[in-house]
Amino acid sequence: MRWLLLKDLQILRRSPLQAALLVVYPILIAILVGLAISGGPSKPRVAFLNEVPADSRISVGGQQLPAASVGSRICSRVECVAVKDRAEALGKVESGDALAALVLPADLVDEINSLSSLSPGAPKVEVLVNESDPVKAQLVNERITTLLAQANLAIARRIAAEGGHYLKLLIDGGELPVLGQSIHILGLRATGQILSALEPALPPGPLREALGQVTSFAGEARENLDIAGPLIERLAQPIQVDKVAVGGASPPLETFAIAVAATLTLAFVAVLLVAGSLALEREENAFPRLTRGLISREGLLAEKVLLGVGVGLVVTMLMLAGLEIFVPLQWSRIGLWLAAILLGGAALAAAGAALGAAAREVRAVSLLAFMVTLPIAFLSLVPSGAIGGGIYDAIKIVTAIFPFKPALQAMTAALDSAGPGIAGPLAHLAVLTVAYSLLARLALRRFATI
Amino acid sequence: MQARGLVKRYGNRQALRGVDLGTDPGELVAITGPNGAGKTTLLSILAGVLEPDGGEVLAGEGEVGWVPQQAALYRRLTVAENLLLFARLEGHEDPRASTEEMLELSGLGERRGEIVARLSGGNQQRINIAIGLLSRPAVLLLDEPSVGLDPRQRARLWEFVSGLAARGTTVIFSTHDIQEAERYGGRLLVLADGEALFDGSPAALREDVRREAPVAADRDFETAFVAYLQHRGH
Repeated sequence: MRWLLLKDLQILRRSPLQAALLVVYPILIAILVGLAISGGPSKPRVAFLNEVPADSRISVGGQQLPAASVGSRICSRVECVAVKDRAEALGKVESGDALAALVLPADLVDEINSLSSLSPGAPKVEVLVNESDPVKAQLVNERITTLLAQANLAIARRIAAEGGHYLKLLIDGGELPVLGQSIHILGLRATGQILSALEPALPPGPLREALGQVTSFAGEARENLDIAGPLIERLAQPIQVDKVAVGGASPPLETFAIAVAATLTLAFVAVLLVAGSLALEREENAFPRLTRGLISREGLLAEKVLLGVGVGLVVTMLMLAGLEIFVPLQWSRIGLWLAAILLGGAALAAAGAALGAAAREVRAVSLLAFMVTLPIAFLSLVPSGAIGGGIYDAIKIVTAIFPFKPALQAMTAALDSAGPGIAGPLAHLAVLTVAYSLLARLALRRFATI
Repeated sequence: MQARGLVKRYGNRQALRGVDLGTDPGELVAITGPNGAGKTTLLSILAGVLEPDGGEVLAGEGEVGWVPQQAALYRRLTVAENLLLFARLEGHEDPRASTEEMLELSGLGERRGEIVARLSGGNQQRINIAIGLLSRPAVLLLDEPSVGLDPRQRARLWEFVSGLAARGTTVIFSTHDIQEAERYGGRLLVLADGEALFDGSPAALREDVRREAPVAADRDFETAFVAYLQHRGH
């Protein structure tokens, strides 16, 4: 077996394009993933025109609120491109320089302030979107809707906070600044205390009884307004999110990205190399000669799987080492990495052997390997809940049959302790290795047909 | 090597109908016949590559070397690397010495470092045969060894094969070129539709033609052979 392994490596060395691809591909993937991870999530470019005068403030009950900093809040979530006027904003969107444009008109604050007047207006912002690309249009729509919801929330919170402040003043009393002067507000609490103190001084009769009613009202009003404060606060965000992580903690996103890149590399190397190498034995007419007593069919399959695992291990480790430049990896977990790569590589290589034995010709094998590996890899990344239940169940079955998903799960678990354990995926891979080896062995019966 | 009552079916078609063949050391046996006669099937069964549906083949393990019609070697390896690989797979004690021996025997010593894909079809066939000889077989099976070779390459090939037979190796080769079968085969096995029509020397075949189709008996061997087949209903 070792001589055949040596032969395959010699042939690989003699195919500069194939060998270069095997080295260049993982390096390219590592660089792309590394840059994507280290660069952080991209922010969409949005042309931003803020025509609201700098000194405008939202006012409540004649009092101006502190600035809500809507502009800076928006620009922290998108890459704002400042524009001078609406025409420039339109030009940016039309040319594709900006994904969308957001225009805050000059009368926005006035319109917001009019909401508490007898003639309420309709505060509006303008969003310019180039909808020639439906995917882009949907993305922009979702982003802008989210941004405006966040801006509305920020304003509502500010108003609720001010409302709460006035309520507190009404209940507990204090100083209220009006036109540069401070007015003392007595407050319901002090009012009730004064009235309670006065009540015994009055002779029994209708006046004392009326004062008692006023004292009682002051007490009840204070108690009820105590409840109104929290209610106003809740009004700004009536539904709160209480997130509970089920199924254990998930690994960081960059770890998952590294696992995806490593598994994709391993899958392509193992599946393509093994399938191609096995088909080459037939194309070179060597298969009947080899299996005429020089090596058993099982031995030949084992050699091919070993080739896929060995080359896959080297290439994947090279890729992980390359990613170390961008993201620090836990090298103390290298034992688990090796387990994931070896078993993942074995299952993928066995699948490659089955494909190679079934397709028999190198060109057909290469095409088949791409046609199987790439869609399965994409399907394996579809999260539950992102699509309909029935389709997801079908995808779950398909991805469980091919080794990519369990290999990805094993790799993710090997790279980070968070998330599900590695034992399940490794057992799954072991079962798939045996199953695909048996399939490959069956396909070899037809392989030998002269 | 002894083969008795070999039968092979491909679906409804009977490729071999009870063929017998026995050989002596150093014999050069040509299996010939029209296309589809069952020549490759018979050789594949003798080589152990194909299981017969009936009959048996008696040959010691490792005693039969097989050279398929299309060169079974690695075109991206060099001549020497191919020989060394198969010598190692054969389990030779000194595979490098065996490689040198085969390079010498095939006359390709000077081209040892060349990638096989760059060699001519004739030279590739010589390596193909040399690999078949690595197991040092008592019987060597050659399936259409001269297909695709030019006359000069064919002459060198047969010189090489005749040399092997002279050194005691039994050579059984298939060919649809009846002139080649007559010239190099000390013995002919004529197959048609999976049936063995004749087993004997070329001279004996001509005698049979003389009896069965006298008009063609004194013409060239190919014409006589075609007349023989026609007389037998093929």
